[in-house]
Amino acid sequence: MSALVLAAIALPAASGLAAAALGGRPGAAHRAACLLVCAGAASGLGVAASVLLGGAPISAAPGLKVDGLSALFLVAIAAVSAAGAVYGLGYHPQASVGARSVRVQLWYGLAVAGMALLAAASNATVFLVGWEVMALANFLLVQTEHERPEIRGAAFLYLAATHVGTLALFALFALLGQAAGSFDFAAMEGLRADGPLGSRVFALALLGFGLKAGLMPLHFWLPPAHAAAPSHVSALMSGVVVKTGIYGLLRVTGLLDAPPAAWGAALLGLGGISAVLGVAFALAQHDLKRLLAYHTVENVGIIVLGVGLALLGRSRGDPALVLLGFAGAGLHVVNHALFKSLLFLGAGSIQHGAGTRELDRLGGLARRMPRTALLFLLGAAAISALPPLNGFVSEWFVYLGFLAAMGRPGGDLLAYAAFGVPVLALAGGLAAACFAKVVGVAFLGSARSAGARDAHEAPRSMLVPMGFLASACLAIGLAPPAVLPPLARAAAAWSRLDPAALAGPAARAGEGAWGVSLVAAALAAAAGVLVALRRRRLATAPRAAPDRVPTWGCGFAAPTARMQYTASSFADLLVSRFSWAIFRREAAPRIDGPFPGPSELRTEVPDTVLDLVLLPIARAYGRLATRARLLFLQRVQFQMLLVLLTLVAMLVLAFAR
Amino acid sequence: MLPRTLLHLAELLVVPPLLLGVVNRTKSVFAGRVGPPLLQPYFDLAKLLRKGAVYSRTTSWVFRAGPVVGLAAILSAGLLLGMGGAPAAISFTGDFVLFAYLLGLARFATALAALDTGSSFEGMGAAREVTFASLAEPALFLCLLVFARATGALSLGGMLGPALPAAWAPAAAALLLAAIGLFVIALAENGRIPVDDPGTHLELTMIHEVMVLDHGGPDLALILYGAALKLFLFGALLSRLVLGFGEGALASEALFLVGLLAFAIGVGVVESAMARLRMIRVPQLLVGASVLSAFALVLLLR
Repeated sequence: MSALVLAAIALPAASGLAAAALGGRPGAAHRAACLLVCAGAASGLGVAASVLLGGAPISAAPGLKVDGLSALFLVAIAAVSAAGAVYGLGYHPQASVGARSVRVQLWYGLAVAGMALLAAASNATVFLVGWEVMALANFLLVQTEHERPEIRGAAFLYLAATHVGTLALFALFALLGQAAGSFDFAAMEGLRADGPLGSRVFALALLGFGLKAGLMPLHFWLPPAHAAAPSHVSALMSGVVVKTGIYGLLRVTGLLDAPPAAWGAALLGLGGISAVLGVAFALAQHDLKRLLAYHTVENVGIIVLGVGLALLGRSRGDPALVLLGFAGAGLHVVNHALFKSLLFLGAGSIQHGAGTRELDRLGGLARRMPRTALLFLLGAAAISALPPLNGFVSEWFVYLGFLAAMGRPGGDLLAYAAFGVPVLALAGGLAAACFAKVVGVAFLGSARSAGARDAHEAPRSMLVPMGFLASACLAIGLAPPAVLPPLARAAAAWSRLDPAALAGPAARAGEGAWGVSLVAAALAAAAGVLVALRRRRLATAPRAAPDRVPTWGCGFAAPTARMQYTASSFADLLVSRFSWAIFRREAAPRIDGPFPGPSELRTEVPDTVLDLVLLPIARAYGRLATRARLLFLQRVQFQMLLVLLTLVAMLVLAFAR
Repeated sequence: MLPRTLLHLAELLVVPPLLLGVVNRTKSVFAGRVGPPLLQPYFDLAKLLRKGAVYSRTTSWVFRAGPVVGLAAILSAGLLLGMGGAPAAISFTGDFVLFAYLLGLARFATALAALDTGSSFEGMGAAREVTFASLAEPALFLCLLVFARATGALSLGGMLGPALPAAWAPAAAALLLAAIGLFVIALAENGRIPVDDPGTHLELTMIHEVMVLDHGGPDLALILYGAALKLFLFGALLSRLVLGFGEGALASEALFLVGLLAFAIGVGVVESAMARLRMIRVPQLLVGASVLSAFALVLLLR
């Protein structure tokens, strides 16, 4: 088993080298690299399955140990990395793209290896090595198309954000290592969380891991970076790379004993903000990949709601809350990895087939790309938490957690439930609205541009990984009882509670999960009966003379594709309700006179945190620095003065102590 | 057990169109007309099922799947709700979340079918539907939280079960507020006045009706039946919550039907006595329903 752990890390790392070494035969080289990533993923899945299905934690080498929590994240890493690698064969083929594809494979493999390493690490140093390998490989992946200035901007923004996070993590692990006397996680286990150490650790973890996870308001780097990378890389980044932030948060909070209730409350608040505002910003987007990236912020919010609930459960010694919160968060980590990568791959297929991912230039793709449409629709239903798909199951666990909290005596837990349940409901409703918009505007109706009219279906190598992800979504959605025991084991590993204490709540949730399965079966049966009924009625019914006609336009006989509702008009009613957080810029047309000339309407949605707060501050700072430089650097005397002033200040500081 | 489940299914499948008939009869009484027969919705369904269908050239399989998925989702949501003399066919902790999300699935399917026609009217209807629904969702959950907290039960079956009459005595004010909120949500979710006007034929003002403009024949029959079923589900929920009775006896079955009748008449009265709200006011109405339920939760804290 320990060899498999090493294989899960080493094989993806080596994959890019294989692609480079066999450069003479690009087709074979790409397939070899893909095979290595898939073999690494299979080893990772094997390790994770062994741990989650009841095996002991696996120690592979000094500093490497896979326990239940690691295994859960290894599942997500393995599924998404393999699907993305196979997709890359058709989407970014080495045979036609050339050296750029080799580079992408190299960094892709390293990013996967870095993630596997940090998920398997049992030592802070090893964790940070994996973290940095992943972060730098991702930077190189984001700037794949570095000749475009906006992509360079996105890449450097990402680099700055991730290194601020890394800085916080260095401080965090230094604090923990100093308190424990070792950088081994095993030595840090059991440190008290309720002292000054605890609050510092929590604040640093929120900053460092929150930046990586894209928790609002630390999400500002995420939409540009995820939109800039090639689609299978975006799938990896949105599907699993942001989850390493969640993993870190869980790992660190799992080490400490007796987390204060304030931690849980803080996470609930931040998670709620991310969930609602993430989807609100997503609604306002026109670019499909940016939209999906904002949905990642939303889903991270839902995961953090679950984590907050589980932490509240630990601080109150309530195993039911621990289990349900953790099961919701943990399963949503895997689920979001599955459906978000499915959706990003679908976005890649749209770009591949129609040449654009601008929603208002698409339309009618369901007829040109029927298979992609079906798979994307499944992903859209899953991310909108609609039954019988997997997104519903994990959100349902979080709901169950809040409901359990509501039943407890005392008002504070009721207050959390009265906050969390409507927030989840609102986020779910908004997500369904947003994906009705995406699917409706991109795949349904009629084509809004020549590219969409002549779009072509994706090749099989791109459809197969999407099909794999979609069937995983469907399987979890149809059989939720199967996922509870592994989640309970992971929850026990994280909370260090006795598995027996979690067994009761897990069994109760399992009963409900059977109910969900039963209703899913009833839904399928009802749909089958209705399909048969409809077909029989239509077969015997009299045929209308023209049974294919134009859409009813209230008597207007010449409808065009431009009369359809656009993505912006569809979302406008909802986006305008968030005018307190989303500051849309609009260049409205001027229409005057009886015969107005041609005019156009432009809207643009700046990110409130990045474009309205951080960038103005950065620009002001830049101007100030320029002025200071002009003042001081012109004459040597001024520079001497600066040195003297610094020296005096240091002396004063030293003597004042 | 089996006969009761069969009774539950029979009630679920047969009664809903009658509710539409009662609503329409109430409206015609207010308008001083004789009005259509009470069983007119059944005749309409039978007629539509015999007809053929005409499809727009822009539509794809999504348009044809919309009514099927919509009705199947509402039907399976009906399995979670107890009727008068029979308990729910399926009941478990947290089943009301599934109930709400199944209604969401039906809405998603209908909205996609509407967008598939490429008509700006239907796009408009779909946009309004998903907008108002996403605001109604939190209100619905807050209402259900009130009932869950008051009865201490976390399943629809438990909330509507024997614990409910006992909960009314100490928490009548809170439960009444939540029931009023639920009535408002029922009106909004079913596309009724004051949110939407099912009788209008002016596409620009409609929400639900405009989404199904292009459906015909058996597809329209499925949609109409689904709409009746959804109204019935909300009526059943309200009638059980307000009348608060145990299961089993013939009397409770009769009481349940009386409650449904009262609900349908209530919808008809609101429809006759009120004008439709302006579109911008609808979110305020829904937020108002949320606030009402949140206030009810605060009352339960004492």
